[in-house]
Amino acid sequence: MRLGLTPAFLVKIVSSVVLIPARSVHKSELVKMKLLTHNMLTSKSMKGVTVGYPLGINVVDIKVTEVDFNPEFISRIIPKLDWSVLWKAADTIGQLDDLPKELSQEYENDNDFLKKVHHVLLEVDIVNGELVCPETGRKFPINNGIPNMLLNEDEV
Amino acid sequence: MSRPEHLAPPEIFYNDDEARKYTQNSRIIDIQVKMSERAVELLLLPDDTPCYLLDIGCGSGLSGSVLEDQGHYWVGMDISSAMLDVAVEREIEGDLALTDMGQGVPFRAGSFDGAVSISALQWLCNADKTSHKPVQRMYKFFSSLYACLSRSARAVFQFYPENSEQMELVTAQAMKAGFYGGVVVDYPNSAKAKKFFLVLMTGGSMPLPQALGTDQDSRGVSYAARKEQARKNKGKPLKHSREWILMKKARMRRQEKETRADSKYTGRKRSGRF
Repeated sequence: MRLGLTPAFLVKIVSSVVLIPARSVHKSELVKMKLLTHNMLTSKSMKGVTVGYPLGINVVDIKVTEVDFNPEFISRIIPKLDWSVLWKAADTIGQLDDLPKELSQEYENDNDFLKKVHHVLLEVDIVNGELVCPETGRKFPINNGIPNMLLNEDEV
Repeated sequence: MSRPEHLAPPEIFYNDDEARKYTQNSRIIDIQVKMSERAVELLLLPDDTPCYLLDIGCGSGLSGSVLEDQGHYWVGMDISSAMLDVAVEREIEGDLALTDMGQGVPFRAGSFDGAVSISALQWLCNADKTSHKPVQRMYKFFSSLYACLSRSARAVFQFYPENSEQMELVTAQAMKAGFYGGVVVDYPNSAKAKKFFLVLMTGGSMPLPQALGTDQDSRGVSYAARKEQARKNKGKPLKHSREWILMKKARMRRQEKETRADSKYTGRKRSGRF
């Protein structure tokens, strides 16, 4: 059954190749990977990796966009973050903006602090670059803001 | 109904042409949005609190837009890069990652307040490569999902199970991974509107939410009760019943015919002894 379908696939693939130039014109808006996502991503699905965290960042280009500030969400998400990982990530891409290295106790009422965290978490986007597994050194490319976490068959 | 998962693996089936349908076909968009809204309802998130959610098989981000509208933040994962490209074009708020759900959910423990998935789970039941073992992939998926949800979080999957065995397989693997819950079937009597939602809970067993379109009236009244009702409505008592005999006797008396007096024995059956 699979064999019978193969020619149809080829036709589909060929037609998509033809489409590519038209699409790249379309794609003016770039998307992004936020540092919030980086703070959550791991490579623990890989075979032989136990923790797979934090992933290293090699940045090619970043972009800063404005996102609506929601203090409630920021103060809710802070306990879930690995603060030192976030600080380091912000440091590597040069968006530190005097963010404290240690998390203060009373952050919930400190609006200035929450705004800084908001900026680092949601407004700084990695557009192109790669993520690096800390244990195996395997690189996960980020293209157009989408990290490719797909593993090869021998890595599962 | 044709099943796309029989035609090709998801990363090939959802090519540019197929992905384009998810921005242009208003019927597809409408159905997806409705199912997403119902899935979010089943998540039972706290009111007016922005949550951090995972969208599994987010595709072009239609379900993500529903999450955004309700004030939540989300991350989407999908295996089809063509679909993710469409999501990029739609300028959605959430972040995206290109991943295969059968390879596990690549997030840190306790990251999310909940997870939704619209029409993606059935793809996991297929072996698209020789190395794929659906049961193993399913277990890997559910166990890694369990880990990355916070306690008392829920995961709601809208999916199209092919048959009851497939539904059983999926639920069994989810339970094995530590989830509680089950399948909620909305509109079970309708061929078109019938929808399956696998509702998984992390923090202890709780009653499953009520499915839509299953209230008593729509299930129908039992036939016997209806027959009885019809008789009563006609105004005539059931034949050979006591009421029927009394009615007959009254009629005889009105006609001035000889009639025995009514007693407690009227219309009674003889005991077997006679």
